[in-house]
Amino acid sequence: MSDHLVEAIGLSYAYPDGTTALDGASFRVAPGESVAIVGGNGAGKSTLLLMMAGLLEANAGEVRIGDVSVTPGSRDLVRRTIGFVFQDADDQLFMPTVQEDVAFGPLNLGVSAEEAASLAATALDVVGASHLADRPPYHLSGGEKRAVALAGVIAMGPNVLLLDEPTAGLDPAARRRLIKLLQAFEHTRIVATHDLDLVLDVCTRVLVMEGGRIVADGAPDAVFRDEPLLARCHLEAPLRWQG
Amino acid sequence: MHMADALLSPAVGGVMWVASAATLAVCARKVSARSEDRLVPLMGVLGAFVFAAQMINFAIPGTGSSGHLGGGLLLAILLGPSAAFLVIASVLTVQALFFADGGLLALGANLFNMGVLPCFVAYPLLYRPLAPAGSSRARVGFAAVVAAVGALLLGATGVVLQTVASGISSLPSGPFLALMLPIHLAIGLAEGLATAALVLFLAKARPDLVASPVPVRRRSLAGLAVAAALVAGVLSWFASPRPDGLEWSIAHAAGTAELKAPESGVHGSLALVQATTALLPDYDMPAAKVALEEESPWPEVNAGKSFAGLVGALATLALVVAAGFALGRRR
Amino acid sequence: MSRLESALADLRLADTLASRDTALSRLDPRAKIVTTIAFLFAVVSYERHTVVALLPFLLYPVALASMGEVPWRWLARKLALAAPFAVLMGIANPVLDRTPMEVSQGVTMAGGWISFGSILLRFALTVTAALAVVAGTGMHALCAGLAALGTPRVFTAQLLFLWRYTFVLGGEGARMATAREARGGRGSPTLAVYGSLAGHLLLRAFERAERIYRAMLARGFDGEIRSVRTLRWSPRDTVFVAGWVAFFIAARAVYLPLVLGRLLTGFGG
Repeated sequence: MSDHLVEAIGLSYAYPDGTTALDGASFRVAPGESVAIVGGNGAGKSTLLLMMAGLLEANAGEVRIGDVSVTPGSRDLVRRTIGFVFQDADDQLFMPTVQEDVAFGPLNLGVSAEEAASLAATALDVVGASHLADRPPYHLSGGEKRAVALAGVIAMGPNVLLLDEPTAGLDPAARRRLIKLLQAFEHTRIVATHDLDLVLDVCTRVLVMEGGRIVADGAPDAVFRDEPLLARCHLEAPLRWQG
Repeated sequence: MHMADALLSPAVGGVMWVASAATLAVCARKVSARSEDRLVPLMGVLGAFVFAAQMINFAIPGTGSSGHLGGGLLLAILLGPSAAFLVIASVLTVQALFFADGGLLALGANLFNMGVLPCFVAYPLLYRPLAPAGSSRARVGFAAVVAAVGALLLGATGVVLQTVASGISSLPSGPFLALMLPIHLAIGLAEGLATAALVLFLAKARPDLVASPVPVRRRSLAGLAVAAALVAGVLSWFASPRPDGLEWSIAHAAGTAELKAPESGVHGSLALVQATTALLPDYDMPAAKVALEEESPWPEVNAGKSFAGLVGALATLALVVAAGFALGRRR
Repeated sequence: MSRLESALADLRLADTLASRDTALSRLDPRAKIVTTIAFLFAVVSYERHTVVALLPFLLYPVALASMGEVPWRWLARKLALAAPFAVLMGIANPVLDRTPMEVSQGVTMAGGWISFGSILLRFALTVTAALAVVAGTGMHALCAGLAALGTPRVFTAQLLFLWRYTFVLGGEGARMATAREARGGRGSPTLAVYGSLAGHLLLRAFERAERIYRAMLARGFDGEIRSVRTLRWSPRDTVFVAGWVAFFIAARAVYLPLVLGRLLTGFGG
């Protein structure tokens, strides 16, 4: 399912007020790989994800998906290839009912209403939320919202999933269900998170960011043993390793 | 200052509906033509903000009372008049639907009074000239207060005109205005202060958001002025043949006693305005009287008929209640 | 602040009521919108001293509430909450309009009292009908109906966005106010505090809008909001519209209570 190499080449970005968010970030993610991006608040994780989805334009550098550069001109291809699950599901779920929301993306890709409805049903089934189809999104719990937001993205059939803080605000049971789901996916996964235990469960590789740069890149087991690095980046070893 | 269905005649309600629906259609076209996709969620969320902010009260300086935001002017400042009208219209619609604020027939009148007037009169004619781009904070605050007061006074006048033109309430325009204007002056001051506080807060926190006001074209202003004049004209045309003003002959008016013993303050001026209205020539009177008698559900008072009417009224009520129960059972 | 919270709870309740499967909610929203507009025009078309002739129209809100299984207490409470304005506007009538009118054998009343009663009755009729329709339809179906009846898409989309984010932003506002109270804030805030409180809420609104926009773009938003929702007009809807409109016309043309009264009392005429 995943056959696209995702590549960031020297990405830099500064906010309009001059604050540097990214300072020459480069990395490469192989098809089907599950990569975590960790770092303290303001390290540039969210900015990086937005850029990879073509939602923010870099001041310098480039994002490539396969052999296509992500630019406003390649928006169509990007949105078919990359699925973005936002941190706050309330930002993503805006349609009147869960079913309509999940079908929103497929409809924008130009499929027929029937096909969109069937894609939505399949996606809801994958995340175990079929029973929520007719509910309005604001009547859902945090975990349910997250699952539905995820369904809305996978209904578009992306090859690459970008997830921003997927476990933030979830209760332990909902978090566990989400982790199981992410483990089962065969998509290329890029997860920005503070939840290092999630990284151990879901990712085979971790990028550590500090000050808009990537300061470490390796297997989670190895990177999370580097106590001075974690301390410098406002991180702590995974909870299951503590005590 | 929501108008209510109960006070509107279908003619006035219909005219206001047409006026507001036409404005809505024009605004919808303009906003679509702006083809700024990002406006879609922004308008929605700002509508939600206005809805929430209307329910947060603040203490009005120097008085014991509290006020809250209306939002029409603030939205016009943030989004430009067309998008602002769509947003405030959506807020008023939800309030009419879910809180029975005003009612559905009165929605047209309410959209006009609280949407068209602040967005298309107060904003371009008061706020913009007083606070052109690059104005000082004090100037922006002053302009917001003046424009808000202007919008509220216009809106109150609208309510009075629509009520009087409908002729359901017996309130005559003069005293009604004398009552409504001071109240809405106060409400307008509160609205202006809240609007100014928010615009100034935003200008400090995110100057990029308030930096680029949408230009208002003179041509559309002229069109609006014509439309407003037209609406006013149509309303007053409905108003004139109504018996209201006529019933205000001196013999019947409640205000005569007060005129003889003039008081100071609102009461005194109220009586004075009453007297003025009452003295207007009543040349329409005979025709109006006839119309009234013809339309009356008691065409000629007749003992048998009235008794039958009373019994019939009670029986109708009983039937309706019974039907309600029957319908309730059926499912 | 409890005002904001109770308003949100109220909206949520209306939404829950509308999500149930009832005889009313199964009707096409267009049928309900068209019929209710006809009802409103019929009711307000009466002369200002009309009371008794309006009574048959009570059947419509009563039937709607029954079909939609709308709780009477809820209707009554909403009616009471919205009533002060109508009372305020009508209460002057008895003072200003003292033309005597004979109501029954030898009983005369000031015309103002009668027109005041008429205002209250009109108010009860129009408000309960609208509320019952809303509680038996829901915002989403209502918007779909409005769109199908030709309301500009920009506006129906706006209504849906407003509806959706009122719950989110209203919740944020309520939490901010609770936080203020938890730290000892009493009564209404001063203008300066208000400016900052509501200002932060406004700022969050802007930021939220930007995030929603990005999330929409990420799922291929191109300016048009598409939906898989479709409306189906069934014969039941035709019967509903035709039946009620016929009743309104009949009630407007024939003074039903008088006819009924004559039948019951035997007074001819």
